[in-house]
Amino acid sequence: MGALGLLSLGGCNIELLNSQGSIGQQEKMLILIALGLMLLVVIPVMALTLFFAWRYRASNTKANYQPKWAHSTAIEWVVWTIPCLIVAFLAVLIWGTTHALDPYKPLESKAAPVKVEVVALDWKWLFIYPDYGVASVNRLEIPAGRPIDFKLTSQSMMNSFFIPELGSQIYAMAGMQTQLHLIADRPGTYRGLSSAFSGPGFSDMHFDTVATDERGFAQWVSQAKATPLTLDKASYTMLAKPSEKNPVRIYARVSPGLFDGIVNQYMSGPAPAGAPMKAMAMRHDAMAAE
Amino acid sequence: MLGKLTLDAIPWHEPIIMGTGAVVALGGAAMLAALTWFRLWGPLWKNWITSVDHKKIGVMYIVLALVMLLRGFADAIMMRGQQALAANDGAGFLPPHHYDQIFTAHGVIMIFFVATPFVLGLMNVIVPLQIGARDVAYPFVNSLSFWLSAFGAVLVMASMWIGDFAATGWVAYPPLSELGYSPTVGMDYYIWSLQISGLGTTLTGINFIVTILRMRAPGMGLMKMPVFTWTALITNILIVAVFPVLTATLALLTADRYLGMHFFTNELGGNAMMYINLIWVWGHPEVYILILPAFGAFSEIIATFSGKPLFGYKSMVYATSSIGVLSFFVWLHHFFTMGSGANVNAFFGIMTSIISIPTGVKLFNWLFTMFRGRIRYHSSVLWTVGFMVTFAVGGMTGVLLAVPGADFVLHNSLFLVAHFHNVIIGGVIFGCLAGMSFWFPKVFGFTLNEFWGKVAFWCWLVGYWLAFTPLYILGFKGMTRRMNHYDHPDWHPYLIVALVGAVIIGMGILAIGIQLYVSIRDRDQNRDLTGDPWDARSLEWATASPAPFYNFAVLPEITSLEQHWDDKEHGRHFVQPTRYEDIHMPKNTGTGFIISAFGFVMCFALVWHMWAIAAAGLLGVIGTFLFRAYDRDVDYWVPAAEVQAIERRRTDMIRKAA
Repeated sequence: MGALGLLSLGGCNIELLNSQGSIGQQEKMLILIALGLMLLVVIPVMALTLFFAWRYRASNTKANYQPKWAHSTAIEWVVWTIPCLIVAFLAVLIWGTTHALDPYKPLESKAAPVKVEVVALDWKWLFIYPDYGVASVNRLEIPAGRPIDFKLTSQSMMNSFFIPELGSQIYAMAGMQTQLHLIADRPGTYRGLSSAFSGPGFSDMHFDTVATDERGFAQWVSQAKATPLTLDKASYTMLAKPSEKNPVRIYARVSPGLFDGIVNQYMSGPAPAGAPMKAMAMRHDAMAAE
Repeated sequence: MLGKLTLDAIPWHEPIIMGTGAVVALGGAAMLAALTWFRLWGPLWKNWITSVDHKKIGVMYIVLALVMLLRGFADAIMMRGQQALAANDGAGFLPPHHYDQIFTAHGVIMIFFVATPFVLGLMNVIVPLQIGARDVAYPFVNSLSFWLSAFGAVLVMASMWIGDFAATGWVAYPPLSELGYSPTVGMDYYIWSLQISGLGTTLTGINFIVTILRMRAPGMGLMKMPVFTWTALITNILIVAVFPVLTATLALLTADRYLGMHFFTNELGGNAMMYINLIWVWGHPEVYILILPAFGAFSEIIATFSGKPLFGYKSMVYATSSIGVLSFFVWLHHFFTMGSGANVNAFFGIMTSIISIPTGVKLFNWLFTMFRGRIRYHSSVLWTVGFMVTFAVGGMTGVLLAVPGADFVLHNSLFLVAHFHNVIIGGVIFGCLAGMSFWFPKVFGFTLNEFWGKVAFWCWLVGYWLAFTPLYILGFKGMTRRMNHYDHPDWHPYLIVALVGAVIIGMGILAIGIQLYVSIRDRDQNRDLTGDPWDARSLEWATASPAPFYNFAVLPEITSLEQHWDDKEHGRHFVQPTRYEDIHMPKNTGTGFIISAFGFVMCFALVWHMWAIAAAGLLGVIGTFLFRAYDRDVDYWVPAAEVQAIERRRTDMIRKAA
């Protein structure tokens, strides 16, 4: 209750209620509708609790006292029916919105989507743009108004990819690929982070999502193409080593099929990821020695 | 011989840990000295450690819970302190590796070594009394259960000074919890302490199901059982159904870590999603295991102090049972964001919101129990009313999280953290503390100090709201859980308020300590001679306070749901039987303690890969168990004359008091 009271006070930005993308806005509406529906019961229950607690205090001898009264079929009907009705409404709402907001469902839009392949590394984010052949670390550049089709995986740890102001999150898991579809309605800078704990460097695993207009995005791509770095198997292996607080880095060229290679790396042969695992173990030893 | 254990395992360079260690060592030494000085070793061994009396075992469970609450709270205040300090990417005072262990230990300790033992303790004390039994079905197993849990707690505490603890979060998701990413002994401490205490909990579950189903007083049909016993029955059925899942899941993880297998690793076909499913198949019913007995305690308290029978007893029973069944069909709501299809997510979302129906009915039933009652405001009633108001909000935020579309943005956020603290503090902890102040006189024969009890309540209530309301808001501000530091200046003020709330909860814990001290000091003024200090309704209040070791001199005949109230109405209470009979009782035994101690040695040795010592521990466990299995000297008869003498003394005391 207090939470909601304070929420409405405003004064500062409540990210989830000030969503910048259509997915997030639908989720905001869903939250408000579900909360409103439940408050229809919760507020009367809380009020009645306090009222009965006051009204029927022992010192109030004027209140009606019925020491034997413990059953009323009518009241039983009412107290089972009210929650059933609310849950029936909720169930319909859940069924519809869960399908409408399914993270795997492509967004309907006239604009062509931008594909982004996301790799959660220890402890930074790699974003590959397969259609443009560029990649970046810890900075997600997107054009506002165009749907973004994310494919996600992880090098080792499970993380959750989340940009609160744009909407849904989804897990990034090693050896597997998940999907997410988001859109930013307006240009702006939106914080992104991992919301599933993934080890010592987790707290610094955040990035800026920079949504620009179409021209700005095209400009960024051409600037990226002019940078010196290439992301191939060798430089990826270097990048995948555990590190923290990584600065933004741009790659002008990306080996084709790199993302699929990362997803499939555990499918063949024994422990190809032995190298990063050993690196982690050494890291822990170093920490223990500190 | 000593495996991986060397002197380097002790974190000499950590001032917080070593300081705490010094305090604990000094306190421990002082306690040992006092025990020796006052010659208490004998009584301690004879009356407590070897006791198979369910009331004493219950008390020991609750003492364990309160002691571990101090540790869990110390972790909590350090986390709140860290987050209040580490704004703008400041380092705070806890480096990530230490902070990560603290939030893991906080969760593990609060669930496994505070909430669980508290709930099991209340059940131990009350269930046999409520059903008119002399003890539980398997008194030795009961003692074994307790000591397994206690040694599990010792193992967690040992990890603080010898080695480290898991730094994975309290459910220890792989691949992070696998050997490759958590190579230290911390994760092994986690595994073995949960295995040993989990075994104890499973045995308790079996014990109480048999006790409740087979040992009720003559005439007590299932629908004449007090509500607390009903909730205990469902809880124990859940325990027996799901704790083996936890044991098996951790065993598979152990196979990964110790035997090089690949159940949950990234490589060679391992799959972490399997672990995540399995752990929540245990984990979600676990929260109902904790909350149902709390619901039972609230039901008893509100009926007693409203001076009315519980409204809708049958509804309560059906609601409790349906919660028990439904709790198996909701586990996936812990990971809607793992990429399941919309049909799967929607199914589990709807199942979860369906659980709110029986839960809501329970709230209404408590409401209508107060309706047209005469409510006396004992501190246990304050806890109950505080719970009803607080829990209504926690239930609502829970249903909100059960809506997959909402969970997509609230998952793993501080909103979630606020939600489960809302239901666990506002539900389980309030229920346990209410139950403690309600049933305390039944065990000790004197009531708890009301002033400090009320201070404790108000501190907990205000502290809870102050500590967790900001977290609800921070969830909406996109702050995720388990952050060591952050660079978002907006979050900082909320985290300072949360720290203040945590400090106030700390004052509530202190008030409980003072309450216990003052109550014991003034015990002679607060004796309960009647055995029924609250003018209560169920069978446990029919016997003396403290209840004699055999509980009831003559087993009662049950004719009514509220037997004790009925007896009072018809003037049948305090009627002395014409003749007493010999009573058959179990003998005390140290084997539960010894088996658990060997089990502890084995688990500690396994943590450190000391194979020879582990084998010796296992042999000790098996040997002691065999010894016990062939021991025929396990019971005795209390002569009727002795029972008569004890009962006479009680009658005289009541007469004098009157």
